[in-house]
Amino acid sequence: MKQTILSCEFLGMQMANPLVLASGILGTSPSLMERVAREGAGAITSKSVGPEARAGHANPVALAWDGGVINAIGLTNPGAQDELPLLVETKKRLATLNVPLFASIFAPSVTDFGEVARIISQAGVDLIEVNISCPNVASEFGMPFSADPDSAAAVTEAVRCATHLPISIKLAPNVPNIAAIARAVVEQGADAITAINTMPAMLIDAHAARPILSNRTGGLSGTALKPIALRCVAEIASVVAVPIIGTGGVQSGLDAAEMLMAGATLVGIGSAAWKDGPAVFTRIADELFSFLDAAGYTQVAQIRGKALQ
Amino acid sequence: MKEQALFSVYTVQQVSAENVHTRTLVLDRPLTGAYPGQYIMAWLPGISEKPFSLSGSDPLAVTICDVGPLSHALCQLQPGDRVWLRGPLGNGFQLSSGFHLLVGGGYGAAPLCFLAKMARRQGDRVAVCLGAKSKHELLLAAQFEALGCAVYLTTEDGSQGVQGLVTSAVQAAITRDQPGMLYACGPNGLLLTAVELARQAHIPCQLSFEALIRCGIGLCGSCELPEDTCARLGVPSGFLVCHDGPVMHIPNRLP
Repeated sequence: MKQTILSCEFLGMQMANPLVLASGILGTSPSLMERVAREGAGAITSKSVGPEARAGHANPVALAWDGGVINAIGLTNPGAQDELPLLVETKKRLATLNVPLFASIFAPSVTDFGEVARIISQAGVDLIEVNISCPNVASEFGMPFSADPDSAAAVTEAVRCATHLPISIKLAPNVPNIAAIARAVVEQGADAITAINTMPAMLIDAHAARPILSNRTGGLSGTALKPIALRCVAEIASVVAVPIIGTGGVQSGLDAAEMLMAGATLVGIGSAAWKDGPAVFTRIADELFSFLDAAGYTQVAQIRGKALQ
Repeated sequence: MKEQALFSVYTVQQVSAENVHTRTLVLDRPLTGAYPGQYIMAWLPGISEKPFSLSGSDPLAVTICDVGPLSHALCQLQPGDRVWLRGPLGNGFQLSSGFHLLVGGGYGAAPLCFLAKMARRQGDRVAVCLGAKSKHELLLAAQFEALGCAVYLTTEDGSQGVQGLVTSAVQAAITRDQPGMLYACGPNGLLLTAVELARQAHIPCQLSFEALIRCGIGLCGSCELPEDTCARLGVPSGFLVCHDGPVMHIPNRLP
């Protein structure tokens, strides 16, 4: 019965549950991605890959605090060409478990976005997630493409032309009108929207009298991000018809239900893995099932957008 | 009001030189609830942050080998200087009953010294096999002896103890002492050999792995144990040293 209630459909893919490993969590190694799939994730998103290898930022890169997690890993990745065999292997392993693989990509320019999408498409993943909203590389890359509708649309167009795979554009919360950006990327052919990325933030150590992260600022996730994510997903869901991967601060089955009720089709899980490890997926899926069952729902899709009605 | 404690600031109380490039920093207060095999992330603002295993919890002590910018800076600290720590993190050793065999390679000796203190405090017998490239890299042998452990030293160049690899001393100790548990900390090669010797003798093991730990909270994936290592150990792949470890338990019981 749990299987029947939680199973869902996303862009033609059948999934055992709507929970997705969010990009950036646990990297891209096939063995770790496989472990997360075996621990109950409905789909897996690999860590963002760009055109060139990057070491990322120096430590401290991630910290847990009262309100969640703040991180500035700095897009550590091996570069698209070297990532390709990893994704091929991951896809092969996940296929045996019937778990879709989403590959996240980033790039410093519109042209490079298209090129990375073209390379990564060769891995035959189930979807390309286009990360136009990493908050931790502004000093190198400038303003994220997620900052306004025109630049977000330009990246979407470049990626759309480079791949036949479904694409989801990952948006940032720190914009005045996220609905306008969602509308712009859907007009350029986005099949889905991932909302949201982490929120730019800073932690300061008073004794050291300086920011803690070596990058000075980082992306805030976890509990403190959830209300912001719910608001963003609700605003996007009210203006576009494409499915939304609602991501931000989901720690429990009830949180996941809230995200679905805000209009999400799938629910990203990221920093919740801090306390439970990859086993977090089984726990959240069990809790979501318990809620749906007790409330009399027979299909998870029945609560989608319910808070917006 | 609850303090928002990301890092706690400790003051260095005492510094002791363990060998030519290793120092133990004894800090000004305990780290409550910490046990051997767990680790802390040590931060010097403006320099870096790295993981270090604990060589004692009351008072908190860390043994640091000078191998990079942060460890070099930590080794320069003097009494009165400050260091920022978060932890304890990860899963450590679980002290069993009976005869304990401790196996340390290089600076793997540090967490084992903390473990030996606990074992001796509860009156247990402890044998320690320590190995290093030369006598200059051997660590904490005198401290283990002072605790009343039987200590067996090996060096690859023969400059102290028996010449050879520590694993030959481990085989001898297994035969001689018939330990109830083997605890090992050191390079992967040492751990894999130790677990094989223990497996042949049906002795359960606890292995503490070294890895590149970046986030320390199980999120970034940097510290995953190589898949072939997991396969050789007979454990599922995807082991996160920072979250699932650093200590891995291998039952090795009789079938």
